Amino acid sequence: MTTLTIMGLLPLMGALAIAVAPKSNELLTKQIALATTIIVAVAGILTTIKFDFADTSLQFVESHEWIPAFGIKYALGVDGIALVLILLSVLLAPVVVLAGWNESEGGRWGAKTFYILLLILETMMIGVFASTDVFLFYVFFEAMLIPVYFLIGGYGTGERAAAAVKFLLYSLFGGLLMLASIIGLYVIQGQNGSPTFDINELSKLSQVMSPTTQNLLFLGFFIAFAIKAPVWPLHTWLPDAAQSATPGTSVLLLGVLDKVGTFGMIRYCLTLFPDASKTFTPMIIVFAVISILYGAFLAIGARDIKRLIAYTSISHFGFITMGIFAMTTQAQSGATLYMFNHGFSTAALFLVAGWMIARRKSSTIADFGGLQRVTPFMAWTFFIAGMSSLALPGLSSFVSEFLVLVGTFTRYPVAAVIATFGIVLAALYILIPVQRALHGPTTPGNENLSDLNLREKIAIAPVIAVIVVLGFYPSPLLKIINPAAANVVTQQGFNDPAPTSIEDK
Amino acid sequence: MGFTSPTLDYALLAPILVVLAGAIIGVLIEAFAPRASRASSQLFITLASLVTALTFLIRNHSKSSVSAAMSSVTIDGAGVLLQGSILIIAIISIFLLADQENFTALAAALPGSDEERVSLAQDLKVTEVYPLTLFAVAGMLLFPVSTDLITLFVALEMLSLPLYLLAGLSRRRRLMSQESALKYFLLGAFSSAFFLFGIAYLYGYSASVTFVGLHDAVVGGSGNDIFLLLGIAFLSIGLLFKVGAVPFHAWAPDVYQGAPTAVTAFMAAATKVAAFGAMLRIFYVSFAEDFLHWRPALTLVALITMVFGSLVAIAQRDVKRMLAYSSIAHAGFLLSGVIALSKSGLDASIFYLFAYGVATVGAFAVVTLVRDSAGEVTDLNRWSGLGKRSPLVATAFAGFLLAFAGIPLTSGFIGKFSIFSAAYESGSVSLLIVGVLSSAIAAFFYIRVIVLMFFKDAADDGTSVVIPSIYTQITIVTSFAITFVLGIYPTPLINFIANTATFLR
Repeated sequence: MTTLTIMGLLPLMGALAIAVAPKSNELLTKQIALATTIIVAVAGILTTIKFDFADTSLQFVESHEWIPAFGIKYALGVDGIALVLILLSVLLAPVVVLAGWNESEGGRWGAKTFYILLLILETMMIGVFASTDVFLFYVFFEAMLIPVYFLIGGYGTGERAAAAVKFLLYSLFGGLLMLASIIGLYVIQGQNGSPTFDINELSKLSQVMSPTTQNLLFLGFFIAFAIKAPVWPLHTWLPDAAQSATPGTSVLLLGVLDKVGTFGMIRYCLTLFPDASKTFTPMIIVFAVISILYGAFLAIGARDIKRLIAYTSISHFGFITMGIFAMTTQAQSGATLYMFNHGFSTAALFLVAGWMIARRKSSTIADFGGLQRVTPFMAWTFFIAGMSSLALPGLSSFVSEFLVLVGTFTRYPVAAVIATFGIVLAALYILIPVQRALHGPTTPGNENLSDLNLREKIAIAPVIAVIVVLGFYPSPLLKIINPAAANVVTQQGFNDPAPTSIEDK
Repeated sequence: MGFTSPTLDYALLAPILVVLAGAIIGVLIEAFAPRASRASSQLFITLASLVTALTFLIRNHSKSSVSAAMSSVTIDGAGVLLQGSILIIAIISIFLLADQENFTALAAALPGSDEERVSLAQDLKVTEVYPLTLFAVAGMLLFPVSTDLITLFVALEMLSLPLYLLAGLSRRRRLMSQESALKYFLLGAFSSAFFLFGIAYLYGYSASVTFVGLHDAVVGGSGNDIFLLLGIAFLSIGLLFKVGAVPFHAWAPDVYQGAPTAVTAFMAAATKVAAFGAMLRIFYVSFAEDFLHWRPALTLVALITMVFGSLVAIAQRDVKRMLAYSSIAHAGFLLSGVIALSKSGLDASIFYLFAYGVATVGAFAVVTLVRDSAGEVTDLNRWSGLGKRSPLVATAFAGFLLAFAGIPLTSGFIGKFSIFSAAYESGSVSLLIVGVLSSAIAAFFYIRVIVLMFFKDAADDGTSVVIPSIYTQITIVTSFAITFVLGIYPTPLINFIANTATFLR
């Protein structure tokens, strides 16, 4: 067993501990969950430190036979991109547990089930990013739907059951299309050698596949990931799910799970089907630009604060998708950095919004107002999170958005220019709710809202810290990401048009 | 014309003979043993003969012979695996029969008559279900190893006739149960007639009733092809009826619903294994070289069966009917294995049959537990809130449904993956795509049941989950364990099947 397996097993052990803990003692359950997630986060940080930045190949690899008859292996390994996303997952998990300390209340089942589901989900998040066997990846990809489904449907608010079903059906549909493609790959591999699901072996298949086959298989993967990410026009499940889920679940859903989609585009669509990727790139760039603008427009019109954040995410995922398919190192690195940063800024937005909603018992933006005076601390954190979301220079998202735009401009100038309007719209969709909710006269009913308590401050502090620090000094992360991103781009047979340094060399 | 006495290999035939002997002892017990001691002694005899048969089978597993009973029975790897699956499924489901609450007190009494009231008051028990089941099991054991058409027909009748009787034995809603039994019998008799008709044509074509003789005639190609095609068509009608493929499926929903649930469990699971076993054998052994003729027709039947089963299941309001349509859809998936006509298709079919059979028994076992004062509650609307009332039972049912839906980490997923990849390997893209899409449709209604159980509040209408008897517990726990173990670590079984499953010619 190596690092990644141990890291993946830790949350499961925590879940087991919770399962045997006495049901009456809710506090103990929460403490176990928090302790587990913190331990995993520390393990994640240690793994990152041990990671060799200069090496572009997969690291921490391990491989065991699982179902040899089909050539299926339990194979794990990370490159810079996967590592950053695992880091994102394990860092957000304790924040979610601490921030949503009372989230399991009002659920259909008790706290025990909530935290067991959450920890199982964490295991699967690590697994999905760490798998280097396509079959294993698919198993995690599909199996992780089940805990999320129960987290939304069991602990959410409003039309939670309907939202959970919508989420699950969309994802299952995409997943089954991907399964068809995986079976296709498996059979073609079987005809050209021994059956295997090893991503490196399968990536050699692109040379023998006919363009039609490659295009069809690519679409199976891409549609699954585009649903997950989500890219317009497959996004309609996300606002409902985000609105109905608890803030903590939403953070994991938008912050981490949706990244599986964009991660999958890099790791599977680009690597396995380079020619098909090129064929579809213009179309995907168009969809990405539409996502950027469409998400932004919907966000401007949103009345519900959770839906607003979901729509902003659709816009951000447009940027990420554009960056991935722009095929330049800057855009690619920017996209991965964007995934990380978006995870944190969305987490901040959702958590603060969750606290605001819990206090005000309403999620309508119009019900807030004058929070700056009543709850200054809460208002400031919301403000910083919002600024990060609109990519204010000096905050983390700026770096990644800038990289994506610059990287895209060198290859697709028109798309990059249109996408830039997304930034202008972002200013609107963030500043309007900031003005309505935080500033102005105190809306009746808000006078006695309490400010953040110590637990909430402790939970949000690291998130804000990451946003600010990475805004000024993103290079540690970029050092991890860049080699992997450059590797992806060169594997596609692209050279960077006009190489410019993005590191502080 | 002299008469040569048949040479029989008793060791190889032992499993079938032991079950038959058990059935005959059971009949004697019915005739001579005092009423009070029947139930327990019957259960003991039945279990003992099934387990003994399984032991003989395990001892036989490496032996094979094309002439276990002259040329009429062939014991080979695939046959042993199918027989083993049937025996294991029978052993698991026999515990459900032990729960006599499901059966009428006196089968001969007219519904609503004084005789019925008296028999109920006396608390009589229909212990004849045990020998009937054993006769059916013996027929099922013979069906997939028969290698001449006459034996095949005898086996078909031997497994069918007891099932017709068993279907009419329900304790509640007796008229419906008897109606379903009559329907099953009439339609079954029809299909048997077609089957026999097909045999006649095949004999006319090849001047032989053995599978080998048929194969030689097909390869030789000297016979009249019209007779061959008519023969295959009519024979297939008989087999497709037994597996419940569209358009020969009409009996399935009514019989599944009307029969006592314990019988439905056994019948749905074991008949499918036996019938698909026989179908695989005759198509692989005799008709393989003529695939150009029958494959398109069978593919069409498979496609229609998948889509029809999945679509119509959505409209069902009764859990047993829903499972019936789901079994129709699965029959379509399984037909892909017959069409694949390859070693991997055979392996996949055998794995799928076993996995599906076990999960089916488990699912119906759960159905027997949900009751109100008038007996089992099969109306889906009244299952709402089950997750709250009895989380364990609801979780078990959800697990079986996820296996039917083919979610990773359940046996259903491995089955689906292997059977679809076998179909695609044989060049059938349509089966792969339609199969995957109808799986997506099917997921919808499985998930709807999970929503009902977990996310809807219970109506206060007296529906309750009875405490499972020790017998039912054994059934549910065993099938649940097999379903998930095969999902997480199927390697031993897959390897075993891959190494053993062959058809001798």
